Amino acid sequence: MIRLLTFVSLLLLGTVSAWAQTTDTTPAEDREALRKFFQSKFPDIPLDAYKDGAYIFDPKARAQFEEIEEFPPWEFDVEEGEELFNTPFKNGKTYADCFENGGIGIAQKYPLWDEKRQEVVTLPYAINLCREANGEQPLPYEKSDLLKVQAYMAYTSRGKRIEAPEPTGKALEAYKKGREYYYSKRGQLDMTCANCHLQHAASRLRYELPGPLLGQTTHWPVYRSKWEELGDIQRRYKECNKQVRAKDLPYQAEEYRNLQYYMHLMDVGLEFNGPSSRK
Amino acid sequence: MKLSRRGALKRLLAGSAAVFLVPVSALAKWAEKAFNATKLDEAIKLLWPNAKLEKSDKVRLKAPEIAENGAVVPVTIGSDLPNVKSMAIFVEKNPSPLTSKFDLFKDAKPEFSLRIRMGETSKVIAAVETTDGKVYFTEKEVKVTIGGCGG
Amino acid sequence: MGMKVKVKLAGDQAKVKLLIRHPMETGRRKDDSGKIIPAKYIQTLTCHANDELCFESQFGTGVSKDPFLSFTLLNRKAGDKLKFKWVDSTGDSDEKEVVIK
Repeated sequence: MIRLLTFVSLLLLGTVSAWAQTTDTTPAEDREALRKFFQSKFPDIPLDAYKDGAYIFDPKARAQFEEIEEFPPWEFDVEEGEELFNTPFKNGKTYADCFENGGIGIAQKYPLWDEKRQEVVTLPYAINLCREANGEQPLPYEKSDLLKVQAYMAYTSRGKRIEAPEPTGKALEAYKKGREYYYSKRGQLDMTCANCHLQHAASRLRYELPGPLLGQTTHWPVYRSKWEELGDIQRRYKECNKQVRAKDLPYQAEEYRNLQYYMHLMDVGLEFNGPSSRK
Repeated sequence: MKLSRRGALKRLLAGSAAVFLVPVSALAKWAEKAFNATKLDEAIKLLWPNAKLEKSDKVRLKAPEIAENGAVVPVTIGSDLPNVKSMAIFVEKNPSPLTSKFDLFKDAKPEFSLRIRMGETSKVIAAVETTDGKVYFTEKEVKVTIGGCGG
Repeated sequence: MGMKVKVKLAGDQAKVKLLIRHPMETGRRKDDSGKIIPAKYIQTLTCHANDELCFESQFGTGVSKDPFLSFTLLNRKAGDKLKFKWVDSTGDSDEKEVVIK
């Protein structure tokens, strides 16, 4: 924790003294510090621009992204997802019965702390919980119809602002675990998420331009050119871990859900713009 | 193609009021040999057997300098030449250099945008055939990087 | 598999964008067990306006998955019927008709 504070405080301007006093910071304080970090480094980039990730910093890459977004393949997935979403389960119920507001316009609230289950629930996790609650088999988290349902639900939330109640109690503990994971060294390459997505956001790391932490959860699921299909943010977590030669965890592992919860809390107030295209 | 038939076609094309119905037999079959050619000059020769390529600034090719990802590279081929008959896009280092061909018949502006695959850094060639049998081209090198850590 | 069409009429020019859901499988990829995934890719795509052929495009394995094509048709007006049809290397095909608004 002290390591985290030292690291982050070294990157900040103007809040070092306050941080040096405390042994912990609240999610709201972390969020504020993160925004100050990016906005002082890039004063001409408005907060709302961060939903497009690394494309803010590379206009030529951005031009290719915009050409694809003119007519992106994920539009098919949203349509197919809508059909799947509205198809009743064998017991006659539908996905709408599991979610607030019938599942429409709520994707921007995920992941959230589920008080009853005492754990962080992401949207794909919630979709499978819904299936199981209605006697259906859960779907794989990769390369399956689940992503289409997720894409449709995400699409109904486009333009809404990311929301999350400030965590307390057990939810706050999950947040802190997620935060710690973000700043912990991992794998043979001994890297943290922060090394790429905080230190090297907007600067080349072996030709890659890592997306900044700020705004990183706004645009999922993503149709990556590399995957030639839709994928969830946790597919990227798994890839990142493989790339630094760290232990790969299964989809929706507690560590990944907590990590995603931390990242989500950093994006509160930003515009949700899933699904999206990436390289 | 016999001269007299070409003359008749020209007259038909010149008559702008003429309704131009293309019989099914005139539709080109998929250019299997050209698409299966593994070398650029073979592919060009198979597509346009009698053509000598000539560089021209009247052929336009829009392509990124550095492709974000070789699987999806947005490109645009266009031409300001009159009487365009067909257009094609080649990627020199692809296993099959010919990526696409467009045969124009009626009311089609000679400009197409599409997304192509590139296996590695390579020259991309945009070529245009005019009705007099000449083929004009332009080319651009497009870099394809293999991502460092994020790749 | 499906086809989506977006058309914008500007004067007498119709700017058309097509998106086709299709794997464009090259026949060079291997699955997780090491077996080659058989080729399946669109080879021809035709565009007709009021039953007259405007152009024919031919594709090979060098065209990206979920193919996109954008082009302009001249001398168009509202009410014109556009028809698109593709045929792939395994003989599958699909068609879509739209009316210019």
